[in-house]
Amino acid sequence: MTQVPMEHDHHEAGLHGHDVHDAHHDHPKELGHHWDNLNQQFEAGKLGMWLFLATEILLFGGLFCGYAIWRGNHPDIFAYGSQFLSVKWGAINTCVLLLSSMTMAMGVTMAQRGNKPGLIICLVLTLLGAFGFLGIKYVEYSHKFHEGLLPGIAFYEKPSDSHIWVEIEEQAGDQQETSIATDVAESKEEAELQMARADLPVMPAAEATTNEPAAIGPSGLNQSRVVQEEETYRVFYKEGRIAAQEDQAAMAEYAEHPEEAMRELEKHPLQDPDRPPNAQKFFTIYFLMTGLHGIHVVVGVIVILWLIYLTFRGRFSPHYYTPVDCGGLYWHVVDLIWIFLFPLFYLI
Amino acid sequence: MTTIPVPPSQPVTPELARDNYLTYTRGIWSWLFTLDHKRIGVMYLCGVLSMFFVGGIFALLVRTQLLTPEGAVFNDNANYNRAFTLHGAIMVFLVIIPSVPAALGNFVLPIMLGAKDVAFPRLNLFSFWLWMAGAVFFILVLVNVDGGLDTGWTFYTPYSTTDGMAFGGVLWAVIGVFILGFSSIFTGMNFIVTIHRLRPPGMTWFRMPLFLWALYATALIQVLATPVLGITVALLFMERLFGMGFFNPALGGDPVLYQHFFWFYSHPAVYIMILPAMGIISELISVHSHKHIFGYRFIAFSSIAIAVFGFLVWGHHMFTSGQSQLINVIFSAITFSVSIPSAIKVFNWLATLYRGSISLNTPMLYALGFIVIFAIGGLTGLHLGTLATDIHLHDTYFVVAHFHYVMMGSALIAMIGGMHHWWPKMTGRMYNENWGRFGFALVFIGFNVTFFTQFALGSQGMPRRYATYNGMVLTDLYHLYHVISTIGSYILALGFFVTAGYLLHSIFAGKRAPDNPWGGRSLEWQCTSPPPHDNFKEAPTVGDCYDYSVLEWDESQQGYKWREDIERPGNPHVSGKDGHA
Amino acid sequence: MSHEHTEANIEHHHPKGHEHAGIGHAVPMWFLAFICAILLILTGITVFSSFVDFNEWHMPEMNLTLALIIATVKACIVCLYFMHLRWDRPFVSFIFITSVILLALFIGFAITDTKEYQPLVDQNDSPLIQDRLTELGLEK
Repeated sequence: MTQVPMEHDHHEAGLHGHDVHDAHHDHPKELGHHWDNLNQQFEAGKLGMWLFLATEILLFGGLFCGYAIWRGNHPDIFAYGSQFLSVKWGAINTCVLLLSSMTMAMGVTMAQRGNKPGLIICLVLTLLGAFGFLGIKYVEYSHKFHEGLLPGIAFYEKPSDSHIWVEIEEQAGDQQETSIATDVAESKEEAELQMARADLPVMPAAEATTNEPAAIGPSGLNQSRVVQEEETYRVFYKEGRIAAQEDQAAMAEYAEHPEEAMRELEKHPLQDPDRPPNAQKFFTIYFLMTGLHGIHVVVGVIVILWLIYLTFRGRFSPHYYTPVDCGGLYWHVVDLIWIFLFPLFYLI
Repeated sequence: MTTIPVPPSQPVTPELARDNYLTYTRGIWSWLFTLDHKRIGVMYLCGVLSMFFVGGIFALLVRTQLLTPEGAVFNDNANYNRAFTLHGAIMVFLVIIPSVPAALGNFVLPIMLGAKDVAFPRLNLFSFWLWMAGAVFFILVLVNVDGGLDTGWTFYTPYSTTDGMAFGGVLWAVIGVFILGFSSIFTGMNFIVTIHRLRPPGMTWFRMPLFLWALYATALIQVLATPVLGITVALLFMERLFGMGFFNPALGGDPVLYQHFFWFYSHPAVYIMILPAMGIISELISVHSHKHIFGYRFIAFSSIAIAVFGFLVWGHHMFTSGQSQLINVIFSAITFSVSIPSAIKVFNWLATLYRGSISLNTPMLYALGFIVIFAIGGLTGLHLGTLATDIHLHDTYFVVAHFHYVMMGSALIAMIGGMHHWWPKMTGRMYNENWGRFGFALVFIGFNVTFFTQFALGSQGMPRRYATYNGMVLTDLYHLYHVISTIGSYILALGFFVTAGYLLHSIFAGKRAPDNPWGGRSLEWQCTSPPPHDNFKEAPTVGDCYDYSVLEWDESQQGYKWREDIERPGNPHVSGKDGHA
Repeated sequence: MSHEHTEANIEHHHPKGHEHAGIGHAVPMWFLAFICAILLILTGITVFSSFVDFNEWHMPEMNLTLALIIATVKACIVCLYFMHLRWDRPFVSFIFITSVILLALFIGFAITDTKEYQPLVDQNDSPLIQDRLTELGLEK
């Protein structure tokens, strides 16, 4: 800054009462050179902040528009996707944000009364609320990441660490191969059988059904019905055994974590035949909206930290607390947006 | 950007030299970190004009390419795509949108209002730095980072979001657009708060010059529309980087939705460009015909009306893009209603001219040129707003001609007119009036030759954005029109070079400007040229800013002065000789 | 409204209590706590209402409607009291409401349009997704 500091003409018409605690306000250093008085400056700062908040509403508005269009056209995707969100955590987070909003509003009151310790307590409580919100959001996000419930094309990848993904292909892999081999062998034999039959003179239908396979022809000699039945039974038994193993695993899991096991009764979306088309859209819009909101919370944390610093420096007084007020307005808008996000995503 | 040296031939008194905003402090840092709205305005002007030069080079490349049906410049059609994309993106985002509000508005608004500065000077500087940062991203695109940008300035999906189709420069460009958007938002916020909270006693809403009304309406659009552009390009970025599938139909997205998002900003953005231009014209017409503006309130409210209507018509860009018939009809109907406030303005300007004592100064010539060009640009908009004709004209040169008539012929010509009008105030120097008129003639003729032919070209079916046009049924006809258009663009470029030449010359060797060279009545003509650092020592009291009867020509200083037989109301700022010495 | 006098020497000039010597409008602490309690109760009602099956009464969209109405009421309370809009200049409310109206307009036009052309859109898993599912061996 190479601006030469200027002398100010102070027209403090709006400041009639002198504050004995803040004698330096006779020459307020907070007053910009182009303002007549602190009240004018405060009003302008607040108006500017509200204009910024209007832009925030419209910034989120684009995503709300996307949400409305997708949900309006595909309610099934949203009904399906919201099963994977925890109402409990969403509700707790709503309460955390509402409480932190309250402490922020109380902080503004404290600033207006010139109560410095009160202001710091309120700001610290608000900060704790912000961290609480982010902590819960972290738990929720990491759960989604492990389950592979991701936005966009990433949704269609195998989850890294899922509780509800059933590794059926791996377990059943070799058995599947055997059963395919069996199928091939059987169909080959069936084909040979058909050819052999074609060579034979046509028999009456009633006789054909009563005849033993062994009597049909050369290839049928070593193909007794008992063997065939055993084969069928073996395949059938294998699948049954897999199911039994899964049941056992589920039971063991249930014994350890009954609540999670209740959720595990759900299928992983990728393995669920009832998954609506383009089901990833729910998670796309969920991550975009809560992600943008989360970025705003992080910015809010920085703002609150800065306000705490300024308060410690003793920068605020009943005549000058514009940053507290504007930071508060910002924080309330963060709360405001979450008030809508909660029912729109969690309560479907 | 250094301070302007005082030529030795014209010695000035030391205290005067010290007390204008140009010489208040010295050195490059005193400019780059200034909080003075006038310096920020001048820096914006330099930035915008240099970007205008870059965008203009690309325009000339595009025009030269089309001299022959096979393409005269680029071997690779992708290079042609890059050229027209950069021309469009630079001109829209870096030149026209900030030109009038950020450059001229920043300089003029607080002085016209009678304030010492804008409401948030630091935010104003921050907004300029954001503009610089945005420009850096476009320069990266210019040097073909990640293959450059070839999507057109609209970044239509799914082309722009698909790897292997559009070049990767689109990622850099949208970061630039996002940043520039916030620059624009902060400027708008600043102007709204300034007009609301920094009006001095006596400056009522209906005493504000019409330029301020126009800037106010523009600022409302900037604040309320630009965030949607922000989220649009942010989504585009996420989509391209992570395959979000918001707009990509191959992932369940909706490309028409992208166009809704994009035009929800970009149509109002057209009014960000034209509204302040109209405000300038209202000032120019009234001052240079020395006659009270006709229908003050109608012009003021029509600015607000255009701002409101501007939000309701975005769908007329999407008539052929798969938008539903119902919405097409609704948007077409609302589109016609925009012509009402626009026509109100034009008729009021004509009524102001009627029986005025018109001086054909360079700014006035630009203003008259604006009226002609804007009438053509506005009326051809009706062809495009009509559903049936738009099917034929969509994506042809007719559209190109239409929006160049409005964006370039109207918005930029008004900006250049305004620049000439306030040039003496900004620099304290007069430019050569005859060269000014000559420059205007070249620009006006060149512009019309370039773009009027394109109406014919488009109505004959020549599609826009084609690198070559050989082998078409009407190739010979297109060739003829393209050659005429290209010649026109060279005349236009020559006009701009002439203009740049005499304006630069005036900085170094121009006559010293009087305080009020044109006979303007608004407050900026009551302070010295150039204005002192603080604009006004104390808030001035103001009267009717279009009442010219109180001024008279002063031969001694070659400017206008307050009539001696009339008492000056209040205490308008006289000069800043006290204070900072 | 009465409240604890933390800075009695600032406030004793103002018998109404919630006024103070500085600028702006100070809202008493108990009132803010009261507002917050209302907001928390409304949150509870939202959660509760989401588990009610309104289909039994032939009101299929009622859950969403109710949730949005309550959310709007909560938002208004936050704006009016936490954000001091009730005591602020009308122009501030005007700006905020304008932004909401523009948003409604944007969503309204866009959703009307997409609803109109929705029958033309393929309602199956989109091509890229089908490719991925085939790679994973999970096609339906």
